[in-house]
Amino acid sequence: MGLSLLNPPLASIQGAIEFIFTPQTSNVTGGKTVGGIDQVIELTLNQLELTVFALALSLLVAMPIGLYLGHRGTGELFATVIGNAGRAIPELALIAFMAALIGVGVLNLTIALAILGIPPLLTNSFVGIHQVDRSAVDAARGMGMTEFEILRKVEIPLAIPTLFAGIRSATIAIVATATIAPIAGVLTLGDFIINQNVYGDNGVLAGAILVALLALTLEFSLATLQRRLTSKGLRLKTA
Amino acid sequence: MRPQFTRLRAAVAMLLALALSLGVVACGSSDDSSSSSEEGSSSGAIVSNSENAKVSLTIGSKNFPEQEILGEIYAQALKAAGYKVKSDLNLGSETVAHQAVKSGAISGYPEYASTALTSFFGIEPEEVPAGATPAYEKAKGEFEKEGLTAFPPTPFASANAVGTTTKFAEKEGLKTISDLEGKSESMSLYGSPECRQRIDCLAGLEKYYGLKFKSFHPVDIGLRYTVLEKGQADLSILFTTDPQLAAEKDKFVILEDDKEVFPAGNVIFVSKKSTVEKAGPDYEKTIVEVQKGLTLEVMQELDARVELEKQTPKQAAAAYLKSAGYVG
Repeated sequence: MGLSLLNPPLASIQGAIEFIFTPQTSNVTGGKTVGGIDQVIELTLNQLELTVFALALSLLVAMPIGLYLGHRGTGELFATVIGNAGRAIPELALIAFMAALIGVGVLNLTIALAILGIPPLLTNSFVGIHQVDRSAVDAARGMGMTEFEILRKVEIPLAIPTLFAGIRSATIAIVATATIAPIAGVLTLGDFIINQNVYGDNGVLAGAILVALLALTLEFSLATLQRRLTSKGLRLKTA
Repeated sequence: MRPQFTRLRAAVAMLLALALSLGVVACGSSDDSSSSSEEGSSSGAIVSNSENAKVSLTIGSKNFPEQEILGEIYAQALKAAGYKVKSDLNLGSETVAHQAVKSGAISGYPEYASTALTSFFGIEPEEVPAGATPAYEKAKGEFEKEGLTAFPPTPFASANAVGTTTKFAEKEGLKTISDLEGKSESMSLYGSPECRQRIDCLAGLEKYYGLKFKSFHPVDIGLRYTVLEKGQADLSILFTTDPQLAAEKDKFVILEDDKEVFPAGNVIFVSKKSTVEKAGPDYEKTIVEVQKGLTLEVMQELDARVELEKQTPKQAAAAYLKSAGYVG
């Protein structure tokens, strides 16, 4: 009779869903229950908060540089090298390095995650602006627009699809990686995944499902926002 | 141009040297294993038995240095006894290792008796027997019901502990965990992510000591001293076997667990009953023999080699077997 309890099958979707909505008992907590919708909401909000901070920081760093270089049409090497090299940085090593440098916590993770978002943002903003039809830019210049006006009124609107592709990959990379935050001081949904011995297999599966759902939700919201921001002319062209 | 070039050459030379030394080490270790299986009988306490070559074993461990060292010690000792041994260390938390031994994915792994009792068998920390033998007997009985066999315990025991810097302890007048009463509300506690909800960790401090902390921060186990050193943490969950406690006595202290919420656990080696039967008498004999030298001091020394001096668990284990005279 105890056998099924002692040797539980691997997690089931049903068990994971139960875990998400109802607190469960755990072997190691001395009677306190774990999981349930309250904890899920708390951890999800933490993960979102961290994602927003990191995305904001990476936008702040990468966008101005990418837009400027794209507009000038110089520094292609810089943009692509940083872009490619940045993708090769191991995130765990980065977090450990920053922990030794500035300690653990929100600041550490924000910087570490922002570094993950910079490469796609930098590359895509550079390429997006750079590839805008030069005759359109020349026409704008001929109309007497300042360089900043050209960027704001001509290049950025025309580059929206590429810019957003960068923002979307940065967001997905950041929100997915924010899952490992519990090893550096912030409780995110990764808590369910890392602590299998507290939450059980169903908790691990629930964590994975929730992270995937969160990433998809962000992806769809950004896609919707992109559609709203793309000018009508371009929308027709792609349709 | 030139200085860059020399630097490049230096780097290449270093890589070559590294590759060479690795090659030497690899050759050395393969020589070791072949020689120990032939001459082990003459030069070390562990006797190689050619009968055992028929048996393949996979030794596992959990995911922190002390466990990996123990896993290596058992694996290398069994190899010296003539067994065909693979190791699968760094398995994850105890639940993963427990499942792995039950399913037969590994032949056996070292577990702390206290962890087994609280984590696998739902026994409250206060009910975990204080002595090594009664705790072992109790765990052994529980394991038996699952078809697992637990071998007698190691001399050393390890437990979680609330640690802090000596400076902070003096400033706040802390000697025992009970001294935290009324003060913990303004202190931050750092511990592994799982600590938060474990009864032999934060949950126990809250339940049995009635303590509330200003904040609890989950961190990777590897950072438990970093957060104290950086001045980020007021308190951090440490292990009583930590080499830092011995090496830097004037820097870190642990607070006495006066209500015994953190049960100390001696290590017991857990295997499937069928594995034990198949492996023959040398299996238990070797394991019990090789752990005889593992006192608290020796374990701290081995942990220090890996955590402070950055040796591999494999090197530390090999040095132990050699210096204790188990292999020649």
